[in-house]
Amino acid sequence: MATLSLAGCNRHQSALAPFGVEASSTRDLTIILLIGAVVIAVAMSLLIRHAIRTPGERLTHRQGMKLVLWAGGVVPTILLFTLLVTSLPAMRPLPTSRADLTINVEGEQFWWRVAYRPPNAARVVSANEVRVPVGRTVALKLMGGDVIHSFWIPGLAGKMDMIPGRTNTLVVRATKPGRFRGVCTEFCGLSHALMAFDVVAMEPAAFDRWLAAEAKPAAGGNALFAQYGCGGCHAIRGTGEAGAIGPDLTHFGARQTLAAGVLPMTTANVASFIRHPEKTKPGVRMPAFDHMPPADAVALARYLQGLK
Amino acid sequence: MKRLRDRIAGLRVTLWTLIVPPSMWAAHFLFSYLWAALNCAKVGEFATFPTLFAIGTAVALVVIVAAGWVAHVQANRKGDTPPHDSGTEIDRLRFLATATVLLAALSFIGVVFTAMPVIFLTDCR
Ligand code: HEC
Ligand SMILES: [Cu+2]
Repeated sequence: MATLSLAGCNRHQSALAPFGVEASSTRDLTIILLIGAVVIAVAMSLLIRHAIRTPGERLTHRQGMKLVLWAGGVVPTILLFTLLVTSLPAMRPLPTSRADLTINVEGEQFWWRVAYRPPNAARVVSANEVRVPVGRTVALKLMGGDVIHSFWIPGLAGKMDMIPGRTNTLVVRATKPGRFRGVCTEFCGLSHALMAFDVVAMEPAAFDRWLAAEAKPAAGGNALFAQYGCGGCHAIRGTGEAGAIGPDLTHFGARQTLAAGVLPMTTANVASFIRHPEKTKPGVRMPAFDHMPPADAVALARYLQGLK
Repeated sequence: MKRLRDRIAGLRVTLWTLIVPPSMWAAHFLFSYLWAALNCAKVGEFATFPTLFAIGTAVALVVIVAAGWVAHVQANRKGDTPPHDSGTEIDRLRFLATATVLLAALSFIGVVFTAMPVIFLTDCR
């Protein structure tokens, strides 16, 4: 049991290793509650031990009632009240302003459609990776593209549902740079457990440079990509490929993981995913390209990985 | 004060007075929900100074305290020593009175705890 829970310890996907304002206050509250629970449990055990060892009739009826009133009524009420008053401010969402960056994230079976909407520039479409500038407030507009998903970056903030036809707003602020991970936390189909994403918190200047690069069109098109009709589902800006059923691949090569945080980004993985995505993700919405010669798949993988 | 005390001592707690504090708590709970929901839906934001809400909460607390006090006076009528568990009229009264006092205390805390989030949360999101 202990080893099992220790296996959950990590720095990149844990509410106990926060890199955001909200997750930090949740972690602090968790620690306070844990310490409080231990103290109360120990105190109660000692009291019970004392009560069992003491001969009867040591307290009068009045004294007994007094003990019940204080230890069972007044003190717990004060403790709960203090806890309520100290934890309520943590439930207030961070304030937002018009100058903040907005990021639309839409859950799809089983990947994430991401669109950055900087205050004074055009929107930038991407997928399966969310980047946030450290120290700046970011409003995440969460939507469901098909079924209900739930968006959770444990190190950054609490989880929030993505519901078709509704927009939920989650306001976050990262406090330290690094690579982290987010996941879908609402069962959404066969590959629900294979629906994750990378989260990159960057220094603001580096973020601005990255966003400017992400906004640029791709380096060039590819004959195989056009021949196999991948563009029916995938967009690669600047090449005329403009499908919107699958993830945007304009800067696919710059992502660190493949297929929504599931596989490491290697040429072999990309090539085998293209031919048989269902082997990695059951129920995936991308068809198998069984008839595709492996050499073509490798060529496509090389091309896509070159799209930095 | 003495007169009031005597008047109260003349009152009788019944099952009906027992129900007053928790009913107040329930009504206040509903009121808090409606207050927040209506403000968010119609005004679009929490009121900055929730006068109506403060008055509603105060009314609920006053009624609960009053019910509790009436019951408290009755529970502490002079008489024989506890336990009061025989099937007599006076023991029945004492039982109802004590139960009402306890319920009033619980309802008071309940109302305060329900009011806290409405006061502390300042945002409809
Ligand atoms: C019917 C629509 C469809 C077609 C056609 C299609 N794909 Fe996909 N593709 C998808 C969907 C949907 C996903 C998301 C899968 C997932 O992760 O759940 C995807 C995912 C991918 C990914 C992983 C993207 C990422 O961000 O990790 C790659 C790479 C990819 N497809 C390449 C191709 C190539 C190359 C072709 C053409 C040979 C192709 N796809 C044809 C729908 C399609
Ligand atoms: Cu999902």
